[in-house]
Amino acid sequence: MSLERTDIEKLALLARINISDSESQQVTERIGAVLNLVDQLQAQDTEGVEPMAHPMDATQILRADEVTESNDRENLMSNAPATEEGLFLVPKVIE
Amino acid sequence: MHNLSVAQISQGLSKGEFSSVEITQHFLDRIHQLDSSINAYITKLDESALAAAQQADKQIAAGQANPLTGIPFAHKDIFCAQGVKTTCGSRMLENFISPYDATVVANLKQAGAICLGKTNMDEFAMGSSTETSYFGKTMNPWDLETVPGGSSGGSAAAVAARLAPIATATDTGGSIRQPASLCGITGLKPTYGRVSRWGMIAFASSMDQAGPMGKSAEDCALLLQAMASFDSKDSTSIDHLVPDYSANLNAPLEGLRVGVPKEFFEQGLDPQIAAQVHNALAEYEKLGATLIDIELPNSKLAVPTYYVLAPAEASANLSRFDGVRYGHRCENPSDLMDMYCRSREEGFGEEVKRRIMIGTYVLSAGYYDAYFRKAQQVRRLIKNDFDRAFEKVDIIASPTCPSTAFKFGAKTDNPVEMYLEDIYTISVNLAGLPGMSLPCGQIDGMPVGLQLIGKHFDESLILNAAHMFQQATDWHTLAPAFADNTSEANGGAS
Repeated sequence: MSLERTDIEKLALLARINISDSESQQVTERIGAVLNLVDQLQAQDTEGVEPMAHPMDATQILRADEVTESNDRENLMSNAPATEEGLFLVPKVIE
Repeated sequence: MHNLSVAQISQGLSKGEFSSVEITQHFLDRIHQLDSSINAYITKLDESALAAAQQADKQIAAGQANPLTGIPFAHKDIFCAQGVKTTCGSRMLENFISPYDATVVANLKQAGAICLGKTNMDEFAMGSSTETSYFGKTMNPWDLETVPGGSSGGSAAAVAARLAPIATATDTGGSIRQPASLCGITGLKPTYGRVSRWGMIAFASSMDQAGPMGKSAEDCALLLQAMASFDSKDSTSIDHLVPDYSANLNAPLEGLRVGVPKEFFEQGLDPQIAAQVHNALAEYEKLGATLIDIELPNSKLAVPTYYVLAPAEASANLSRFDGVRYGHRCENPSDLMDMYCRSREEGFGEEVKRRIMIGTYVLSAGYYDAYFRKAQQVRRLIKNDFDRAFEKVDIIASPTCPSTAFKFGAKTDNPVEMYLEDIYTISVNLAGLPGMSLPCGQIDGMPVGLQLIGKHFDESLILNAAHMFQQATDWHTLAPAFADNTSEANGGAS
């Protein structure tokens, strides 16, 4: 499966990662190479096989609806690039 | 002192032959002397290590020591350690000081072990050579022009160079076993769910697993003992009894049925590697084991399956790195989209970006069924092969790696070539089984690893099989000449 540059541009947008024009060609080729590798899967018959998400088919464990976390805001925000009064600052979202 | 086993260090400490402070200082001195040549460590923790060592000495004096009290070790820089820079080998987390301890980190603190520092790794654990680290590559101490393997290359190189007696590491597609193989040490990836992933920066959540690296199976057993625990904070942690991993190390191997998968020994395999592994298997027969041919017919699809599932899971896990709450944020973003796109462009390296994009593709509308769902189906087929094999055998043996350590840059032009390094290790992660690598030979002075695979939660048996091999052979005792460099040899005080 080979991809066009426009496919790469769409993926980059979905992934929220800029790919510069100069990188775009190599990215397209290298991703294409990996997709050629994974195309080998198409030849395998998987009729009736249940997909496996977890190696032991475990399911989500639930717990009682009790408050167990404490408020550790200052510590947890200590790596934030920009904050104000306990809020994370980002470029304006709503005009 | 740096060649001592964990048990020997523990004995030395309890007999008062040396203190934890002394042995910790010894390793720190060696790190300062030698690490610049191999770049195994990203962060060195002299001050906190010596403080912890002082505490350990008090515990030992009070007769309250346990097997890891006062024992120096290193953490792969993927484990969040409170107050300590935790980078995951990436520019994205270059200045991230973790506000909390991972469960593995807390467990080892509880055990009284002394953290010397955080080791280098492929960025976000994506790689097989430690060449993708933002902090530079790590050199294999056996030959400084070759890779130590990856993604746990820093931990492997540190143990091989005797810059730490033991180290923690993680394995998603082979990242403990392959570097252990290339660096001539022993490493174990536990059963999925055995060791808590809380605080371990996630790459592929259904495959990631933390495990020990050391100079021997015996040392790995001691480290695994402290690492393994059920953790309710990790929703994939499995509540399975943690046995005494050291208890059965010396059980005789008479009657052990060792499966030899024919697909792993086909013509693609380097004949020199095959010869070393066959010698190791002959050794197992001498120890009383029976070799049994088995088939893992779907194993040839393990690499493509992994390169759909792991990038898909990674694309989800790495979406948290958006420059908002932590991690790299670009300068002067014009709007939110620009902030996301440029922060991630700048913060992630090429391999990480590539895998995120592949993951995004296989999960995207129109492709999900053909790729992601398909791969999950093949994953079940791969696991079923192992279930069938384990009806006839107790453990499975194979080469760990198709090659010995390769030169830097040898596999970076074509990503697929690098991916094929993990051809023998990947299926083990897909099936969630425990696997180890131990040294079994050398080719032109470079280590070769033997892989042992066990049933779910059968770490004790593979450790036992590895230990008995190590009692009968001495491959695991060999150290690179680099490790013989001492402070004395370089004119410093010992």
